[in-house]
Amino acid sequence: MLSGYDRDAERQRLLTRRTLVLGGMQAAVAGVLVARLYYLQIVEADRYTMLADDNRISLRLIAPPRGLIVDRNGVPLAVNEQNFRINLVREQADDLTRVLSQVEKLVGLTDVDLRRIQRDIQRSRRFVPVTLKENLTWDQVSAIEVNIPDLPGVSIDVGQVRSYPFGETMAHVLGYVGSVSEKELENADDPLLSLPGFRIGKNGLEKEHDLALRGVAGSQQLEVNAVGRVIRELSRDDGQPGRQVTLTLDAKLQHYTQQRLAEHESAAAVVMDVKTGGILALGSSPSFDPNQFAMGIGYEAYQALLKDEHNPLTNKAIAGQYPPGSTFKMITALAALESGIVNAQHRVTCTGHMNLGDHRFHCWKKGGHGTLDMVGALMNSCDVYFYDLAQRIGIERIADMARRFGLGDRVGLELPGERPGLVPDPKWKKQKLKQPWHPGETLIASMGQGYVLATPLQLAVMTARLASGRAVQPHLTKAIEATFTETVDWPRVAVKPEHLAVVLAGMNAVSNIPGGTGYKARIAVPGMELAGKSGSAQVRRISMAERNTGVKKNEDLPWRERDHALFVAFAPVQAPRFACAAIVEHGGGGGAVAGPVVRDILLECQMLEASRANVAQQADLRGGPVGTGGGMAETAE
Amino acid sequence: MNLDLGSPDSMTIGEKLAGIAWSLVLLVILVASVGFAMLYSAANGSLDPWASRQIVRFAIGLVAMLFMALVDIRIWMKLAYPLYGAVFVLLIAVELVGDVGKGAQRWIDLGFIQLQPSEIMKVTLVLALARYFHGATLEDAGRIPFLFVPLLIIFAPVGLVLMQPNLGTSLILVMIGGAMFFLAGVRLWKFGLVIAAVLIAIPLSWQFVLHDYQRHRVETFLDPESDPLGHGYHITQSKIAFGSGGLMGKGFLQGTQSHLNFLPEKQTDFIFTMLAEEFGFVGGVGFLGLYCLLLLFGFVIALRCRHQFGRLVALGLTVNLFLYMFINVAMIMGLIPVVGVPLPLISYGGTATLAVMIGFGLLLSVHVHRDVRMSRRGISDL
Repeated sequence: MLSGYDRDAERQRLLTRRTLVLGGMQAAVAGVLVARLYYLQIVEADRYTMLADDNRISLRLIAPPRGLIVDRNGVPLAVNEQNFRINLVREQADDLTRVLSQVEKLVGLTDVDLRRIQRDIQRSRRFVPVTLKENLTWDQVSAIEVNIPDLPGVSIDVGQVRSYPFGETMAHVLGYVGSVSEKELENADDPLLSLPGFRIGKNGLEKEHDLALRGVAGSQQLEVNAVGRVIRELSRDDGQPGRQVTLTLDAKLQHYTQQRLAEHESAAAVVMDVKTGGILALGSSPSFDPNQFAMGIGYEAYQALLKDEHNPLTNKAIAGQYPPGSTFKMITALAALESGIVNAQHRVTCTGHMNLGDHRFHCWKKGGHGTLDMVGALMNSCDVYFYDLAQRIGIERIADMARRFGLGDRVGLELPGERPGLVPDPKWKKQKLKQPWHPGETLIASMGQGYVLATPLQLAVMTARLASGRAVQPHLTKAIEATFTETVDWPRVAVKPEHLAVVLAGMNAVSNIPGGTGYKARIAVPGMELAGKSGSAQVRRISMAERNTGVKKNEDLPWRERDHALFVAFAPVQAPRFACAAIVEHGGGGGAVAGPVVRDILLECQMLEASRANVAQQADLRGGPVGTGGGMAETAE
Repeated sequence: MNLDLGSPDSMTIGEKLAGIAWSLVLLVILVASVGFAMLYSAANGSLDPWASRQIVRFAIGLVAMLFMALVDIRIWMKLAYPLYGAVFVLLIAVELVGDVGKGAQRWIDLGFIQLQPSEIMKVTLVLALARYFHGATLEDAGRIPFLFVPLLIIFAPVGLVLMQPNLGTSLILVMIGGAMFFLAGVRLWKFGLVIAAVLIAIPLSWQFVLHDYQRHRVETFLDPESDPLGHGYHITQSKIAFGSGGLMGKGFLQGTQSHLNFLPEKQTDFIFTMLAEEFGFVGGVGFLGLYCLLLLFGFVIALRCRHQFGRLVALGLTVNLFLYMFINVAMIMGLIPVVGVPLPLISYGGTATLAVMIGFGLLLSVHVHRDVRMSRRGISDL
């Protein structure tokens, strides 16, 4: 029995010992747990707090409203319109098929819409709104609103869409906005670009001033749960709205210009303030509707624009390069005067042609002009007179003068796509064509043919510099809110005023002396007279055989082979304010076709100014004897 | 062999009630109440769906616990093998008719409760082993053939649980058994031998025994980033919840990880994570302290018990409770692989609550009947 007790006691001692060991081990393990707890909650607390916030706080960007673009008088040209959308939250719709067919009955959904909707619904979480239809009309909005009780999960939501109230009129200047492309996303660090549905400037001033117009992204801190449902808004920063951009453009004049150009198949014109360089109108016809692009243009509509032989997507005012033809003669004349080799009294007798070596160079007037001085030569646009000047002064002087007046290189207008034109000289020819310069080419260049190319913008700049004597730089931006205002003081062009006066007298003669090549396109309103120069740029070679049988008239040629009609002018003659250059592609004679365009635009330009100065006076002026401008009726507002 | 020392072999109900360790009962209620509060929080401040049901279950469990406390320990000893056998049959039944949950057959739907026999087996295994070792001398414990029966008692249910397959519970059963062997006086070198054998077996079982999902869990544990959206996601989110709780926590009902659903299974396995997120390090340590106090009660009751059966039962149940706590807490803190083990009294769940309440009932019974006399064979004195 004793041994039984002893045994039991021994066993109990062992058990007690081992119990303590077990307890000790458990205490140690509990210690490990506490240590781990300490590590997680004290040592690593900051890191995990951050991670927890990363989890629950979702940062959403708020797109700031895009800056407006307005004309010089504050007329809005590019605005943000409300875009009404129908959204559907899947989890609130009791019967998806019924709701969709209901919406379809009310506002009409295409098969393409329905397929996209089905896809979006499958991809999105049940509480995320899916857009059923965008750009609703008021009727559609009210149709939905009235039926809202029948449409669980459906709501109307307002977004913003860029809108161009003037449509086609401003397309080439303003450009348009569009979705961000992959490429644009790659090289940009603005988080806004990755926002779904965000639009940036794709062309024109929308592209050029995109950063200013875009503004700075706002942000919204949202608390979300594990599946991304928004629980509440924690904070909000609205960001900085885009800046307003004010243009030098005059919306009314731009509208008129575009309308006037649209009378021809393909034409472009630029109107500038000769003193400030501000562009008042910049038209290119045909044009396109930028609103289509802002909303997302369809494939077919885009292809149609691309295939149009008149290139509606090209801004011909800055990207069309044409031989300036006789509008270049002012440059040759100035180069000659500045060279000191001839003066204004220099006389040449035109017999209808001039011989140089084996070649015979023709004047446009078959019988010749007889003897002319410089003003007379400009007035009649006598080719032989300028052949003579060119032969005397050489190509370098002409090229140098052309560059001083803005030709031969990009003038630096703040629009994408500007082309440089071309002022040729022997050095250029050697480099580009690996050929020596022929003396005959100097003759051809003197009348703006051959290699010489200029854009309507460059011709407008040339005319403005001639008229003001100042090296004005063309620009479209009058001001950007809080950051930029236009420069209006420009240095003088490096030519003697008396030489300039000769050329201006020649241009005055063109338009205001009977027999001048632009006389028919004069402005007869006292005080508003223009001074201009016509140009007809040949786009085909006239063979000797054709000359012998008689040069074909433009009307007898296919459109593509007709001459380009050009005209440059400034007005009023006495105190120049506005310069205008216009080209009618394959229009025929400059004075006859482009002249009236320029006349009408310059008249409209002055009348608009007068009407702003004195509304009552406008009515009188309208009653006056003003040319045959086809566009006049349309401007009456 | 029957010694009558005038010990309280036959107590009245009143004496027994007075003998119940009411402080332990209060502690159990306190710990469970913390659980109710957390379930209330897990439901975003609502008694439904978890807290209310858990309270009902706990109340039933409390009555059962008190009833079991009053049942004579010798009756429990008598019932040790039959109960073990009954639960063993249930385990087989699970194999045959059990519902498949999360890829493993684990429970039988009894209508009012989804019974997981493996949880109950933890208690009956303790009872059976205590019964077996109650009469064993140290010499017995030293003889290897003597250990064949208890090894069978352990590994028969372990095999069944492994087949479910439920690796976590099988390991717990093995560990409980090991602890019982240790307490019964089995020599240490034998444990050494077994541990060595296990170390050899691990690579083999990795290859041939473990299921893909079990291997996957271990792999995920070793490299959580390899599976950031699966099990690794759970642990990562749990650690974030712990860490962001900091020293003082985010406040009751304020846990962002739990209330915004980043934390998975917050009402069951990850409930302690939510507690630590809302009450911080202070709350977490405080709660672990309460739990350790429960364990301490177990040890004290064991040491004050005058019969081997009672000691072994008390210690076995304590080890069981400890293993629950350790595995659950270590798992959710990313110390060990993910094994679906709840935190008893806190986690929402029927069987686990029932199992620990039964355990506490037995523990209380051991305490109430700590001085009863038992023969070696333990049954004769009733």
